[in-house]
Amino acid sequence: MSINLDQALQTFIAEARELLEDMENSLLQLESDPENAEIIGAIFRAAHTIKGSAGLFGLDQVVGYTHIVENVLDRVRDGSIPIEGNLVALLLESRDHMAELVSVVADQGGELDDAALKRDKALRARLQAYQGVQTGHAAAVIEPEIEASGGDVEGTDSWHLSLRFDREILKNGMDPISFFRYLGTMGEIVSIVTLPDAMPPASEMDPELCYLGFEVNFRSDADKNTIAGVFDFVRENSSIRILPPHSKVAEYIELIRSLPEDEKRLGDILVTSGALTRQELEEGLDAQKHPDADGASPPLGEILVEQCSVEQEVVQAALEKQSQARESKSKENRYVRVHADKLDELINLVGELVIAGAGANLLAQRANDSSLQEATSTMSRLVEEIRDGALKLRMVPIGDTFSRFQRVVRDVSKELGKDIDLLISGAETELDKTVVEKIGDPLMHLVRNAMDHGIESAEKRLAAGKLAKGTLKLNAYHDSGSIAIEISDDGGGLNRDRILQKGLERGLVQPNQVLTDHEIYNLIFEAGFSTAEAVTNLSGRGVGMDVVKRNIVALRGSVELDSQTGQGTTVRIRLPLTLAIIDGFLVSVDKSGYVVPLDMVIECVELTESERQGMKERSYLNLRGEVLPLVPLRTHFEVEGSHSRRENVVVVQYAGQKAGLVVDELQGEFQTVIKPLGKLFSNLRGISGSTILGTGEVALILDVPSLVQQAANAEQKVASAG
Amino acid sequence: MPIRAETRNGVCHLAIEGEMTIYTAAELKNEITPHLSEPQIEINLSGVSEMDSSGLQLLILAKRETQRDERVLHLTGHSQAVLDVLDICNMAAYFGDPLIISSHA
Repeated sequence: MSINLDQALQTFIAEARELLEDMENSLLQLESDPENAEIIGAIFRAAHTIKGSAGLFGLDQVVGYTHIVENVLDRVRDGSIPIEGNLVALLLESRDHMAELVSVVADQGGELDDAALKRDKALRARLQAYQGVQTGHAAAVIEPEIEASGGDVEGTDSWHLSLRFDREILKNGMDPISFFRYLGTMGEIVSIVTLPDAMPPASEMDPELCYLGFEVNFRSDADKNTIAGVFDFVRENSSIRILPPHSKVAEYIELIRSLPEDEKRLGDILVTSGALTRQELEEGLDAQKHPDADGASPPLGEILVEQCSVEQEVVQAALEKQSQARESKSKENRYVRVHADKLDELINLVGELVIAGAGANLLAQRANDSSLQEATSTMSRLVEEIRDGALKLRMVPIGDTFSRFQRVVRDVSKELGKDIDLLISGAETELDKTVVEKIGDPLMHLVRNAMDHGIESAEKRLAAGKLAKGTLKLNAYHDSGSIAIEISDDGGGLNRDRILQKGLERGLVQPNQVLTDHEIYNLIFEAGFSTAEAVTNLSGRGVGMDVVKRNIVALRGSVELDSQTGQGTTVRIRLPLTLAIIDGFLVSVDKSGYVVPLDMVIECVELTESERQGMKERSYLNLRGEVLPLVPLRTHFEVEGSHSRRENVVVVQYAGQKAGLVVDELQGEFQTVIKPLGKLFSNLRGISGSTILGTGEVALILDVPSLVQQAANAEQKVASAG
Repeated sequence: MPIRAETRNGVCHLAIEGEMTIYTAAELKNEITPHLSEPQIEINLSGVSEMDSSGLQLLILAKRETQRDERVLHLTGHSQAVLDVLDICNMAAYFGDPLIISSHA
């Protein structure tokens, strides 16, 4: 059994963060579409839900602040305050503050520091200005039907809550008493009756289950949704009935009928709690005891309609509402929240399964038993499917990361006094969750850089004959086994000569070296370019670009930059789709095996004898009229031993460049579980990891991007020397 | 050890120390149940530092078991934590023991 309040709190924190994110997006939308009631409603609901659940955990600071925000939003919703820029800005700041409250108070369990407290106070004061006189009419707005349906006899002016909690509630870390404490902050608890009737005899009673039922008489100005919201976290399997003030006697009677306890007893409780008078109760119970003449007892809805106590439309509306609620519930249920650690564990296991499967496959081949081979091949196909399925579980669309930048672009452009639009495309492109998490910071840096230094001021843009409004584009797409993310601006582009000059000064370029424009632009990713001096001289580009590059390389990715003077700059990041398991192509040189990621392999060709002779003089090949730079792995990894009789070339492609890897033997496709190499090997160029073969031997995974780069460089050197 | 038990003058005195919450509920029930067959029981709650619904439930269980065959169970020395819970759930009358009414009530 696990009792873990922490877990519930973690769920709250995760949900609160999601809601805050939604709230931010909605607020940004609101800026361009201030009349949209749906968006306003969504913002209000987000704040409302956060407040409600924070209350359950006794996070008073969060509740207090969110309450003020909610009040303002409520007034926006009913149209008493118009939406304008300042209000949206204030609400955005409030959202940030709420996010801080959630992470400081709920997540770290700490207190706000002085700066945050000051901000808290200032924001409260500003929100106060929007807050009108408190009114308690919300209940009447939300459920006019019930208030207005008025049968002839009415109960009291308090709410009646009838609570039978889920038996497991205590194990789930919730305590009914804490709900009452929270209710106490929303109004006055007139009376509570605790019902222990459901508790079995001592021998059968499980002390960790909750057997208690509660009848609560509650006076409050809150509306029904707010009160029901208190119990959101325990709604499942619990029976929560809420009767509004002035409910008809019939409704109380129905309540009594539907509860498990004895009718008489419940009736007494309602009388003592002041919900009903003794006479009303008796009349009500009597009335329902007389069924129709034909003996069948019609559904309650019909009785009520017949008695003219409820309009037909009201019943219809209520039914529709119910089915809507059920639909949205079933939609929610299609998602399961899983802890990321569990997924990682699953992927690890699948990795081991792949290795074990390869071992079994090998044994089957050696045993020369065809039925065994058939069995193992079926198994490896299934393993492959499991692997793909497991990896897909971790894939998330990059859109969420992208849309975070809407806010960044809005804030930074205001700060800089520039008018900049953000265009997002390819938001549905998926990549591994761990990659998504780590790509946020480098992206942020690039976006800020592009806005700060890439896009010119409006005057300069007009002078250059461009639109005053700058555009920043974020784009993502899949490209041969990797994902490419582009950040492009339509600014002034980089100053090629300045960068070259800087490169010469820093010793990154030799005076007589010939560089393409492309190479010069990419110099800004070199360490040593990120100095304050470079900032001013290069209009800022290059600040911390080496850090960006390092982060991306750590993810086995690469980054490059294109720029056209006067037209803009594009930074392109390439990342592997996954960090765990890939389809590989196994090759060997002498006795050691190497794995090339299959996505990067284009074709394989055998080297003819004459080509092998030619290789001694030059390191490229004529592939159907195309120059293909070669990387002989034997020399690259300094493999000793005699040359084999035959050699093959594996043609690989990365980022639009091709190269040929010269190997001895081609062994075919191989599912590769990537095992990281130790720190000792981190400086090794051309190898990105290792894997275990079916035989138990270790094979190295080739780092194709760096090999291709090396081959291309070598080729250029030869070209420029000749 | 959350429970101390001794019998004086035919009255079984139990004293509960520490939490009466879901974390201790199972253990407490195991310890209390054997004493519930005594003819007269007195439970001292002065050492209860924290109490939740499961704690209240155990007390109700004890009371009900003894009431069934008209034996006597008294709760004494209610700590503030116990008083709070009895107050919120309106259960003071159920146990029928004299209480010190807290100042805020």
